[in-house]
Amino acid sequence: MIMILIHHPEIHTRVIMKRQHWLAVLCISLAIGSVSTASAADPEFIIVIKNHVFTPSEVRIPANTKVKLIVDNQDATAEEFESKDLKREKVIPAMSKGTISVGPLKAGKYSFFGEFHEKTARGAVIVE
Amino acid sequence: MFGAALIVFRESFEAALLIGILAAAMKNVPGRNRWLAIGIAGGTIGAFIVAGLTDVIANAAGGAGQELFRASILGFAVLMLAWHNIWMQSHGAELARHAKRVGADVSAGTRAMSSVALLAGIAVLREGSETALFLYGIFAGSDSTVLNLIGGGTTGLVAGVVVGFAVYAGLIKIPMRLFFAVIGALLMFLAAGLASQMARFLIQADVLPPLASPLWDTSWLLTDNSIVGATMHILVGYDSQPTGTQVLFYVATLVGIKVATTIVKRKHQRMFSGTRKFA
Repeated sequence: MIMILIHHPEIHTRVIMKRQHWLAVLCISLAIGSVSTASAADPEFIIVIKNHVFTPSEVRIPANTKVKLIVDNQDATAEEFESKDLKREKVIPAMSKGTISVGPLKAGKYSFFGEFHEKTARGAVIVE
Repeated sequence: MFGAALIVFRESFEAALLIGILAAAMKNVPGRNRWLAIGIAGGTIGAFIVAGLTDVIANAAGGAGQELFRASILGFAVLMLAWHNIWMQSHGAELARHAKRVGADVSAGTRAMSSVALLAGIAVLREGSETALFLYGIFAGSDSTVLNLIGGGTTGLVAGVVVGFAVYAGLIKIPMRLFFAVIGALLMFLAAGLASQMARFLIQADVLPPLASPLWDTSWLLTDNSIVGATMHILVGYDSQPTGTQVLFYVATLVGIKVATTIVKRKHQRMFSGTRKFA
């Protein structure tokens, strides 16, 4: 194999090329790599899903504050909590809870819905 | 039935767009359809597995499992798209001139096509797992009959596939001298959009801070909910109110791919001329 590499310039070129590709990919992965923060004590707000309806349907949260929404799905089927306004989407499996970090947001109304039951599962986060 | 059709369409639309672009990008490479089929089949199987493991994934990593899983998949897709774009740009000239020769070069072709298969698979997996969960939910929970469900699901899927084919048919009409530049730019912006989505999931999981939230607001111009806005979201990662972190990921991906492509292309050209001297 090594003999071929030495004596055949075209194959040699190709092997180097392969290395170049992966080097380039590595650079990109480093560029979009990691910065990490964690916060413990953000205020929490609970939203219950039952019979494909959110309760409360309007959640009031403070402006300019990072909060956690805890979505408690008490139905027997999964639901996807989705909000274009909040830019959040999370599948909440049946009979389980999911935590979604939200904000800091400016004052306003941010609607959300259950993607799997869009007709009934509707609500909004009111930031004030 | 209409609900099922709509949601299946919405999910398959995104996968179909990507697969349409990939299919166009590899239009001259023999065996393309086989590799795409392998990717789509693998992605479909993967989607059912992921849907079945929803609980396990959601509860992993202290409740952040789903976000980390989605972010990892997106990150992997970004890397594959980057690699594919670099490969295509440096081999573009050969692909255009000697389509058959490149096809005959089995190892290079296989590497490129397996990346295409993986990308297609990831696209199907991402969209398919949600669709499977949704359909299961309807099936288990409501009065909708199985026939309705299958009818709606199929209608949505066919509509999605039609969009994919339309994109493909449009792209392969692009004249050859512009072809690789256009496809390359499309894939680059697509990758940047996926990187921005990845940032969104990491923010949602509280792994990354949002930094400025939002950095700007263009919802007066184009909302995310509109058809144009949603399509632009898939194609170039349009977001009317992006956070600073998303923009950072977006720009880093664009710059990263552009720089890497330029470097590799230049080296490739130098070696290509060097090889000629030998021959």
